[in-house]
Amino acid sequence: MLKDITLGQYYPGNSKIHNLDPRVKILLTMLYIVLLFTVKNFTGFAIFAAFTFFIIYSAKIPVKYVFKGIKPLLFIILFTAVLNIFMTQGRIAFRIPYTPIVATWEGIYMATFMIIRLVFLIVGTSLLTLTSSPISLTDGIEHLLSPFKKIGVPAHELAMMMTIAMRFIPTLLEETEKIMKAQTSRGADFETGNILKRAKSLVPLLVPLFISAFRRADELALAMECRCYNGGNGRTRMKKLKITKSDIICSIVFVIVLSLAVFAGYIPFLF
Amino acid sequence: MIKTENLQYNYETDDEKEIKVLKGIDLEIHKGEFVALVGHNGSGKSTLAKHFNAVLLPSGGKVYVENLDTSDEELIFEIRRRVGMVFQNPDNQLVATIVEEDVAFAPENLGIESEKIRQRVDSALNAVGMYAHRLEAPHLLSGGQKQRIAIAGILAMQPKYIILDEPTAMLDPIGRKEVLATISRLNKEQNMTVILITHYMEEAAMADRIIVMRDGGVILDGTPKEVFVKTDVLKSTGLDIPQTTELMLALADKGIDSARDVITVDECVEEILKLI
Repeated sequence: MLKDITLGQYYPGNSKIHNLDPRVKILLTMLYIVLLFTVKNFTGFAIFAAFTFFIIYSAKIPVKYVFKGIKPLLFIILFTAVLNIFMTQGRIAFRIPYTPIVATWEGIYMATFMIIRLVFLIVGTSLLTLTSSPISLTDGIEHLLSPFKKIGVPAHELAMMMTIAMRFIPTLLEETEKIMKAQTSRGADFETGNILKRAKSLVPLLVPLFISAFRRADELALAMECRCYNGGNGRTRMKKLKITKSDIICSIVFVIVLSLAVFAGYIPFLF
Repeated sequence: MIKTENLQYNYETDDEKEIKVLKGIDLEIHKGEFVALVGHNGSGKSTLAKHFNAVLLPSGGKVYVENLDTSDEELIFEIRRRVGMVFQNPDNQLVATIVEEDVAFAPENLGIESEKIRQRVDSALNAVGMYAHRLEAPHLLSGGQKQRIAIAGILAMQPKYIILDEPTAMLDPIGRKEVLATISRLNKEQNMTVILITHYMEEAAMADRIIVMRDGGVILDGTPKEVFVKTDVLKSTGLDIPQTTELMLALADKGIDSARDVITVDECVEEILKLI
C-alpha cells in the first residue's frame, strides 16, 4: 500500500525529453523560470504556452497528468489572484454591492498575468521531475555542484545522502506500517481523539522507528565500508553523463523560442 | 590464504570491565575452501570473521590476508577488495535505488573505468542469476533476491574470499535455498573461497570444513564427517547435528553395525538399504 508511492512523480518513458542529460534539463528549467518572469505581454505567454505544450507532447506524458500538479496549489493561486484584483489601484471595473471594495481593470490584468505565471512555473518544474528519474537528477545535481567543491560545497556527500534517503524511504515506510500494526494489536489508538491526543499517540510509533533507523544506518555504514567506500575521492561512475547532439539542439531551440517570447514584450504594437 | 596467529580481541565495557571475546586463535583458511563457522551466540564467530577484512583489528596477535597485515592502515582497502562480506539483513546493505547501480557501488569506489564496471556488474549479476532484474528497484524484490543482489555487489569487487555472516537468517525457506545454491555454485564453479557463518547445521554440512567455536576459542575443526561424529562435544556447546547423522548414531547405539559419518539424506538412504 504505502510501498507503491512514486518518488518525485517520475513518469517513466523513453522519449527524447526523457533521454536528455539531467544537467541540461536542470539548467534549462532554471532558465525557463527566470524567463517566465521577464515576459511582459500575452503574446509572450502564448509562445511560452505553445512551447510548453510542445514539450509535454514530445515527452509523451498525458496533459492531465502534468496539470494535476497544480491542484494542491490552486487555493494559493486563487487567493493571490483575488487579492490582486481588489487591492490594485486604477480604473474601477466594478464594485461589490453595499461595500467599499472595488475591483480595478489594472487588478484584473495583474491577476491574469500572475495566474498564468504561477501555472507555468508549476508545470515547467514538474516537467523536470516527471521526465527525469530521481537517480539521474541526483547525478545531475552532483555534477552541477562539483565546481563549487573548492569553496567547500560537499557535492558528492549531498548526492549520496539523497540517494540513500530515496533508497530507504520505502523501507522505512514499510517498517512504519509494521510498527503501527504491532502497536495497534497491543491496544494503541492512532485514529481517535483531538489533535493533541493523536500527536501524543504517535510517540510509541516514532520511538521504535527512530531506534531502528539508527540501527539500520549503523549496519549500512559498515556494509559500505566493506565495499571500500571512501567518500567521493577517486570514485568513478558506471554511467557517465554525456552531452549528446540532441542535448545541444534542444538547448538551442529552447533558448531561441523563449528569447522570442521575452522579446515579444518589447514590440509596442503587440498586446 | 587467510592466517591468524594467536588472535585475541578484547573490549572494555562502560564500567571498565575487560571482556575477552577471542582468546588466542590460530587458523589457516586456504584458497578455494568452503568453510562453515558455527557456534552459539556470543561464541565469537562474527567477531572472528570481522578480523578477516580489517573491520575489527586484533587486540593481540596478527591476521594476515595473503601476507598483508590487517593492522597496517594503508593496506585496508587492498584487504577489503580481496575479502568481501555479506551481512544478515539484505535491506541494510543495499545503497542505490536501482539493482545495477547498487552492484556498481563497490567497483565505483575502487575507481575502475566505466566500461569495465559495466562488464563486472553484468557478470556479477549473471553469477547470482539476477541479470533479468537489473533495472528494478531493490525494495520490490523478495528477501532471497535482495540477498543475492548483496552477494553480486560483493562479487563486483572481484574478491578472492567471501564471508557471509548468517546470510539466510532473515529469509524464508525459498530464499534460503536460492542463496545457499548461489553460494555453493560460486565455490564450485568460480573456485571462490567461502566462509559461511551459520546457525543451521544443514547449511554447515554443505561445507568442506567446519570450524566450531565456543567461548572465544576453536573447539573443533575438520570435515563435516569428522565434526558430526563428535556428538557429545557438539551437544554440550548447544549445537545440533543433522537429523540423518543423529539417526545413524542412534542405530549404532542400539548395536546395529552401520556407518556413523552420514550427512546427506541420500547417503542415509543408501546406508539403511545396505542394512536391510
